[in-house]
Amino acid sequence: MMKKEEIEIRLKRFQTLIRRLRRNSLSFGASLVILAIVLIAIFAPFIAPYDPNATDASKAMLSVSRQHLMGTDIYGRDVLSRVIHGARVDLLVALVATLIALGISSFLGSLSGYAGGWLDHLLMRIIDTVMSFPSFILAMGITAALGNNLVNVVIAIAITHIPIYTRLIRGEMLHIREREYAEAARTVGNPTSRIIFYHLLPNCFPPVIVQATLAMGWAILTVAGLSFIGLGIQPPASEWGYMTAEGATYIVSGEWWIFLFPGLAIMITVLAFNMVGDALRDILDPRMRGVS
Amino acid sequence: MGEFIEIRDLSKHFPVKDQSASFSALNPFSSRHALLRAVDGVSFFIRKGETLGLVGESGCGKSTVARCLLRLLEPTRGEIFFESKDLTGLKGEGLRLLRKFIQMIFQDPMASLNPRLSVRQVLEEPLRLYERATVQEREGRVLEVLEQVGLDRELLSRFPHELSGGQRQRVNIARAIATRPKFVVLDEPTSALDVSLRAKIVLLLEELKSALSTTYLFISHDLSTVKYLSDRVAVMYLGTIVEIAEAHELFRHPLHPYTRALLSAIPIPDPEVKRDRIILVGEIPSPTRIPRGCRLRGRCPIAKPLCSEEIRLREAGSGHWVACHMPGTS
Amino acid sequence: MSAPLLHIEDLTVHFHTDEGIVEAVDGIQLLVPSGEIVGVVGESGSGKSVTALSILRLIRKPGRIIQGTILFDGRNLLDLSEEEMRPLRGSHISMIFQSPRTSLNPVLSAGWQIERLIRLHKKEKAKGAREQTVQMIRQVGIPSPERIYHEYPHQLSGGMCQRIMIAMALATNPKLLIADEPTTGLDVSIAAQILDLLQEMGRRTGATILLITHDLGVVAGYCDRVAVMHAGQVVESASVKKLFRQPLHPYTMKLIHSVPRVDVDRIMETIPGNVPGLIHPPQGCRFADRCQWVMEICRKTRPPVQTLDGDHLVACYHIGNS
Repeated sequence: MMKKEEIEIRLKRFQTLIRRLRRNSLSFGASLVILAIVLIAIFAPFIAPYDPNATDASKAMLSVSRQHLMGTDIYGRDVLSRVIHGARVDLLVALVATLIALGISSFLGSLSGYAGGWLDHLLMRIIDTVMSFPSFILAMGITAALGNNLVNVVIAIAITHIPIYTRLIRGEMLHIREREYAEAARTVGNPTSRIIFYHLLPNCFPPVIVQATLAMGWAILTVAGLSFIGLGIQPPASEWGYMTAEGATYIVSGEWWIFLFPGLAIMITVLAFNMVGDALRDILDPRMRGVS
Repeated sequence: MGEFIEIRDLSKHFPVKDQSASFSALNPFSSRHALLRAVDGVSFFIRKGETLGLVGESGCGKSTVARCLLRLLEPTRGEIFFESKDLTGLKGEGLRLLRKFIQMIFQDPMASLNPRLSVRQVLEEPLRLYERATVQEREGRVLEVLEQVGLDRELLSRFPHELSGGQRQRVNIARAIATRPKFVVLDEPTSALDVSLRAKIVLLLEELKSALSTTYLFISHDLSTVKYLSDRVAVMYLGTIVEIAEAHELFRHPLHPYTRALLSAIPIPDPEVKRDRIILVGEIPSPTRIPRGCRLRGRCPIAKPLCSEEIRLREAGSGHWVACHMPGTS
Repeated sequence: MSAPLLHIEDLTVHFHTDEGIVEAVDGIQLLVPSGEIVGVVGESGSGKSVTALSILRLIRKPGRIIQGTILFDGRNLLDLSEEEMRPLRGSHISMIFQSPRTSLNPVLSAGWQIERLIRLHKKEKAKGAREQTVQMIRQVGIPSPERIYHEYPHQLSGGMCQRIMIAMALATNPKLLIADEPTTGLDVSIAAQILDLLQEMGRRTGATILLITHDLGVVAGYCDRVAVMHAGQVVESASVKKLFRQPLHPYTMKLIHSVPRVDVDRIMETIPGNVPGLIHPPQGCRFADRCQWVMEICRKTRPPVQTLDGDHLVACYHIGNS
């Protein structure tokens, strides 16, 4: 094993990657933001100055101050700590829902795209049906039907996202299955299942990754939206949408900090996800098309 | 018959929407289908250990023949015999196992490699799928094959986009010979390569053939390379073979007007050599509308009324077969 | 040799890439006499396409023309501004590319693509331009030109698309037509027809043609003069007869011998080694590592261009030492 050459190659690849990431500064910045948010979510218990659920009636409705950087809410809970912990819930729900959706879509989409014929037609008509519902309404309906808890929110979001990914993967699959390396995989002795899932499917992902990051943003908005209207999250859980809903009642009376900060958190996170698509695709792409 | 490879009356037809009638093209319910006869009744044999060259211009069906041979496409009609065993009915595992002995080298070096697999993974795969070997044995074979195609072992961890065009094609070749196949179909192996690389790859292919004692079906539109590598050559036009003979014989005494026209159009790198160009008028007809009788009829400079009759390959000399009513006429 | 229509002197083009500076073209000289067909032959990466694009000032970032002069009809094209250059492109100097199907605009009809140019450059009105277009399509050997006028590129064969490109290029009666590998990818018989057409049209319109190719057979069959490029440099340039009869540069010799031939039985020869990388190219002669007559001095300094016999140019120290 030529260790030295291998290390050199990997180093060179890494350098090329960083160089390309840096070039798109918006994406790069966005990915740093997301990294920060993820770290905040992971280390929430250590970062949050107070217990997010600790109520203290004497300290209720305090404005922004040095002890409470984002003020306190109606129950005297520190808004900053709640926002920090909220990152956990929102990110986790969005991530799990997206992963589930990707998993199911990969299977359906690649099968549909590769096999074609009646299977493809059938699946596509089912997909079309699901897509004919406005996605938020559909999510609402599913959550309401299944019951008001986090798990069902995850399921609802996953279901509303499956059509998009399935379509994308199927489209890519239709394209790649004609490529020569797909034929080569056959001549070399691969059974059909391996051709689809080991060779072709991973090559379908690049456009899906970009879509997934956009969809993450949408997933977070959906969680927040559902909680805003009272579905999904139950109090006293700290979740951005729910917090924004709580704070909305106080816009008129002037306690602006209760809804503003969670709202900003949603906005920044979704925006960052929207912009990070390109950067993420680059990280996962072994080709790294440079000017060579 | 007992020849190593035998193809009998192979045909591959594709149903396509009829492009001509514009109304039916607009009407989604119209079931007017035309038949694209990519390969239309092709028969030939290949002797063990020889190289059969298959030439023709784009659309003649040579690549389709290759894919039918490998069962990447299912023939519409006809039989394929490999070592006297009928391949045409094989399915599933039986077919998969047979693939070990019949391999293919593809045209586009970049497109025939999975961009996500390293060279090592590409070369290991056929070994893992076909042979029960230990990890060490596989590794050994990979290195052996790498050396046979003239590549350095440091390329093992590289990905296709990190290789040059010539290197990629060598990897393709290495992959094809990894399982020591008895028969290799080469589908335009040098067409996508730079001119300077072609000679090197051709020499490599020649070397490998004797080293492995395999049989080649060499498909190309580059007649000079075909002449160099092949023992016998078959010329295809619009889905059928129009002439087949020993390589030297074909190039020196082509009998079919199409072969003659093709040979006369090849540019010679010598300004002193003046050649008569045989021009075929018009363009190749669409394979959905193949003329009846001799397929070259509308374009042939020596066409006569008798050419509207069907013609099959006829022996014109020892081992020299032509499908022409008046072979050898100028 | 008539007066040169195009005279390139000391042209150098660099590309600034992630991996370094690619010295694609390195101080080349090229003379194209008026009315002739001049070939530029070389392997992939030899710089021939970059040279062609430089003439039309189509080199974009990360490429830059570092130095040189390109004299066209007396004017140095590299001195002109973009505004001054634009009226020349497509009317005085035209270009056709390889892969005709992808070089044509897929959403415009074949005829319209030609007509626009006539209207734009020759300032013709609709009816006149239309008539000239149909006439042009007929001249490039396409039957039923009125029907083909309305067809789209995807409906036409590769050969027909190339004829349309030639029609587009010649519709404005350019003085210079640059053909960059016009027959690569086309079938042998179609390629021959296209080259015949180019030669015929050149004769008829008096246009000078710069034919870029990797195929020595094409050069032998159609060109009057030829320049051989290797790794960004012109190593030899002469009339086609002289070059083939007596090639002087080792690369040219090897190139001619390595072309497989249908008419003659020969062992297959290859050119040893590989084209040197253009990012940190060797200091002296770029063919040094592949040359069987290489000497000490070859690696140190670049061989100067010598003129033998009036118009046979070579850049090699080895001349006279066969």
